[in-house]
Amino acid sequence: MNGKPIVSASSGIKTPSLFARIADNDLFYSFIRSPLTVAAAVVTLVIFAAALCAPLISPQNPFDPATLNLMEGFTPPMAPNAFTGNVFWLGTDAQGRDIFSAILYGSRVSLLVGFAAVGFAAVLGITLGLVSGYVGGWVDSLIMRIADVQLSFPAILIALLIFGVFKGIVPPSVQDKVAIYVLIAAIGLSDWVQYARTVRSSTLAEKNKEYVQAARVIGVPAPVILLRHILPNVMGPVLVIATIGLALAIILESTLSFLGVGVPPTQPSLGTLIRVGQDFLFSGEWWIVLFPGLTLLALALAVNLLGDWLRDALNPKLR
Amino acid sequence: MSDPTPPPLLSVRNLRIEFPTRRGTLVAIDDVSFDIARGEVLGVVGESGAGKSLTGAAIIGLLEPPGRIAAGEILLHGDPIHRLRPDQMRHIRGRRIAMIFQDPLTSLNPLLTIGQQLGETILTHLDVDEDGARKRAIALLDEVGIPAPAERIDHYPHQFSGGMRQRVVIALALCAQPELIIADEPTTALDVSVQAQIITLLKRLCREHDTAVMLVTHDMGVIAETADRVAVMYAGRLAEIGPVRAVVQTPHHPYTRGLMGSIPVLGADIRRLVQIDGAMPRLNAIPPGCAFNPRCGAVFERCRSDRPDLLPAGATRAACWLFDAGHASEQTR
Amino acid sequence: MLAFIIRRLLQSVLVMLTVALVAFGLFRYIGDPINNMVGQEATLVEREQLRAQLGLNDPVPVQFARFVANAAQGQFGMSYRMARPVADVIFERLPATLELALISGIGALVVGIALGVYTALRRDGWLSQIIMSLSLIGVSLPTFLIGILLIYVFAVQLQVLPAFGRGEVVRLGWWSTGLLTESGLKSLIMPAITLGLYQLTLIMRLVRAEMLEVLRTDYIKFARARGLSDRSVHFRHALKNTLLPVITITGLQIGSIIAFAIITETVFQWPGVGLLFITAVQFVDVPVMAAYLVLIALIFVVINLIVDLLYFAVDPRLRVKRSGRGS
Repeated sequence: MNGKPIVSASSGIKTPSLFARIADNDLFYSFIRSPLTVAAAVVTLVIFAAALCAPLISPQNPFDPATLNLMEGFTPPMAPNAFTGNVFWLGTDAQGRDIFSAILYGSRVSLLVGFAAVGFAAVLGITLGLVSGYVGGWVDSLIMRIADVQLSFPAILIALLIFGVFKGIVPPSVQDKVAIYVLIAAIGLSDWVQYARTVRSSTLAEKNKEYVQAARVIGVPAPVILLRHILPNVMGPVLVIATIGLALAIILESTLSFLGVGVPPTQPSLGTLIRVGQDFLFSGEWWIVLFPGLTLLALALAVNLLGDWLRDALNPKLR
Repeated sequence: MSDPTPPPLLSVRNLRIEFPTRRGTLVAIDDVSFDIARGEVLGVVGESGAGKSLTGAAIIGLLEPPGRIAAGEILLHGDPIHRLRPDQMRHIRGRRIAMIFQDPLTSLNPLLTIGQQLGETILTHLDVDEDGARKRAIALLDEVGIPAPAERIDHYPHQFSGGMRQRVVIALALCAQPELIIADEPTTALDVSVQAQIITLLKRLCREHDTAVMLVTHDMGVIAETADRVAVMYAGRLAEIGPVRAVVQTPHHPYTRGLMGSIPVLGADIRRLVQIDGAMPRLNAIPPGCAFNPRCGAVFERCRSDRPDLLPAGATRAACWLFDAGHASEQTR
Repeated sequence: MLAFIIRRLLQSVLVMLTVALVAFGLFRYIGDPINNMVGQEATLVEREQLRAQLGLNDPVPVQFARFVANAAQGQFGMSYRMARPVADVIFERLPATLELALISGIGALVVGIALGVYTALRRDGWLSQIIMSLSLIGVSLPTFLIGILLIYVFAVQLQVLPAFGRGEVVRLGWWSTGLLTESGLKSLIMPAITLGLYQLTLIMRLVRAEMLEVLRTDYIKFARARGLSDRSVHFRHALKNTLLPVITITGLQIGSIIAFAIITETVFQWPGVGLLFITAVQFVDVPVMAAYLVLIALIFVVINLIVDLLYFAVDPRLRVKRSGRGS
C-alpha cells in the first residue's frame, strides 16, 4: 500500500486560538526565522525607547549650561577626569558635555524629525496618489509630471533648495525657532513621490473592480470609496516605503544638519553632533564624533533591515 | 549474447518529486512510471497542477529548487540521467532531449536575432563552423515553414507573429536532431486557427526525423489526433496509460471516463456532457488511498484506504481497484 | 526614431524652462537684489537708477525672458558674496567636481555591476550573503560618515592619504586637472570612494534584483533547455536583458552623483561646485544658487538624453519596426 498522508497540515476543525493564528502567520514566521531581522527590531526598539526616555536615563541634561563643567572637557571614554575624577562612559566634548547624554537627546531630535517627515510625506503622497488615480485626466497627468520631474532630482538637492528659500525669506531672528518645521517639510516634500506612484497604480487597479463600481453605483461618495475600499489595499506597500523612508529621512536629516543647514545648534541632532565632533578628529578626540556616528549607523541600518525584511515578506515573488 | 529487447528510448521508473516546505514535504509527483519508444508520441494529459509539466522538467533536468527528485529513476536508452552532473546533463539537453515551452512570445530572447539564437545552439552541439551553422539555421527555418528564411534569419523575435515564433521555437528544439522533444503545452498560448498548423508541423517533423515526443497538454482533442499512447495524470500520479484509441474510446479509470465524457463529439447521439464534480485536491491535502476517491462515482471501501497500482484494464492499464482481480470476482459472483 | 528624439528634446527644453522659472523666482523674489549689490549707504536715487538699469522695473515675463536669454549664454550676474561673475566662479570649480563625479561614477558602475551579477548567480553562496549584508550597511551609512571614517583611518591614524583639498593641479587650457599629479591622485582616492560607495551599493542591489528577475524568464529556461553553457546563458542572454532597466536608473544615479558631491566636497573641502553651492545656501548667495540649479538640471537632461539613445542601441524592439505578419 502506497497511500500515506502527505503532510500533517494544520487542518483542525476547531478555530485556532489567536496566538496560534499569529504563530501560524507567514509574516510572523519569516520574522522569527530571520535572526538578523529580530536583532534589527531589538536595536530599533532600544534606540526608540532610549530616545523617548532621554530625560529619565541620561546622566545630565547636555544642553543646560548649568550642568556643564568646562574642567571636564575632552574626557576620554571610561577614564576618570583629571580634575574631578568623574567617569563618562562615552567621554565628553570640548565643553565637558557627556557624549552619552548628547546622543540620547540627539537621537530624540533625529527620530522626531524622521517620523514627522515620513508622516508628512506619506499623507501628502497617499492623498495625491489616490486623487491622481481616481480622478484621472489632466489632474493625473499634472501630478505625475511633477512627480517625474522631482524624481529626477535627488532629495538632498530639493531639501537644500527649500532651505535656501527659507533662509532668504524668513527673518534671521525667527529662523532658529521654525528651522525644525522647515526641515520636516523639506524632507517630507522631497520624498512623497514614491507613495504617490505606488498608491496611484493600486488605485487604478482597484478602481475598475466590481466592488468599487458597485459602491459607486449605489452612490457612495468618492472620499469614502477611496478611504474605506481602496486605501486598505495599498497599506502593505505603503508600510514598506514608509519603513525604508524612515531610514532615508533620518539619514537626510543628519546630512542636512551635518552640512549646517538642518536643526539649529541649540537643538542638536546626531548629524549636528557629528558636524561639531569632526573638528576634533585631528586633535585625537575621536570619541566625540565616533559614538554619535555609530548610533546613527546602527539606527539607519536597523530600520533599513526591517524595511528590507518587510518588503521581502510581503512580496513572496522575491523569495 | 545480445539483449533481445533493447531498452526503450526513455524510461521513467517510480519517479517521486518532492518540495520541502516549512509545513512539511509536499509530494508533487508520486510513483510515476512510463516508457517512451523511439519515434513514439506520448500524450500526457491532466488538469492544471496534476504534475505534467513537472514530470517534463524533471526529465530534462530543469526542476526548479526547492523541487527535487526524491526517488525513482529516469533512464535514457537504459542509462540513468537523473543524477548526472550539470555539465554532463548539458550535453543531453538540446542534443538528445529538447524542450518546447508553452508561450512562444516569452520563449525567445528579445535582444538577440533568431539567427543568433539558432546559431549558438547549433554551435554548442554540432561540429560545424559559423557558416555551416548559419546554413543549417536557414535550412531549419525553411523546414518549419518560415517564408524567406535567408532574410528572416536576421530578424528579432518581436518581428514575428505568435505562430511564427512557435515555429522558430520548434526549429530551435530541432537544431541538434534530438531523439526526444518534450513539448509542454505547445499550442495553448496560440490562436485556435494556428494551433492545428503547429501540431501538424510538429507531428510531420517528428515523423520525418524519427523523433519521439512527450506532448504535455490538457487538450484531449490534440492528444486524440496526435498521440500514439496517452498517459492520464491526476494529483501527481498516473491514473491510466494506454494506446490512444483505447483510452479515448473505452477509458477504464473513472477519472479518464469523466475526462472523455467532457469532450463534445460531433455526430454522437446527443447526451449531456459529463461533468466531474469537485476539484483536484491540493498537494497538501491528497486523501489517503486513491487520490480520486472523493470525486469518484464508483468509489468503494478499499479506495479510501489502499492506494491502487496500475492494473491491466482491457487494452490499457488503470490505477483503479475496479480492475483488481479480487474485486472483479466479487462483482461476478 | 527621429520623432521620438525630437519629442524627448522638446520635453528636455520644457524641463529646463521649468527649472529656469524656479531659478528666476529665487533670483527675483528672495532678498532684494539691489540691497545685495550696493552698500547700505547708497541713495534712493542710485538704487532707482540701478533698478532701472538692471531692468527690474520691466514686466515680469520680460524679465524672465531676459533671464533665460542670459542663462543660455552662461550669464547669471554677480555673486553677492564674492562680487565676481557667477559664471567665472562656477567654471573655475567645475573641473574639480566633474573629475570627482566621473571617477567615482565609473568605479561604482563597474564594481556595482560585477558584484550584482555575482550575487545574483551565487545567490545562496556565503560570499554573496556577506556582500549583500555589507551592501545594506553601505545604503545605511550616510555619505558624510563614510568620509569621516575614511579620514580618521587613512589620514589621521595611518597618515597615508591627505585629509582634504585637491592636491596639486595641472592646467590644461581652462580645465584644471588633478589626475596628472601624484598628490592630485592621492587626494582623489578617499573622496571618490566616499561619493561612489552609495551609488555602488544601489547599482549592485538593482543589478542583482533585475538579474534574478531575468533568470526566471521563459527565454532563460529555454536557453538552458537547449543545453547552452552557463556562461552563455548568464552573460549573453541574462546580463544583456538585465542591463536594460539598469541603464535608466543608473543614468539617474550617475546624475545624482553630481548633487551628492555637495556632501563629499564639504567633508573633504574639495574645491568644487558643490562646496560653492552649500556656501551659497548658507549665505543666501542667490545668483550662485540659481546658476547651480540650472547647471545641475542641464547635466540631468543631457544624461537622460544619453540614456534614451543607449536604449535605442541596446533594445531592438525600439530600433526595428515590426514587419512580416501572418503565421
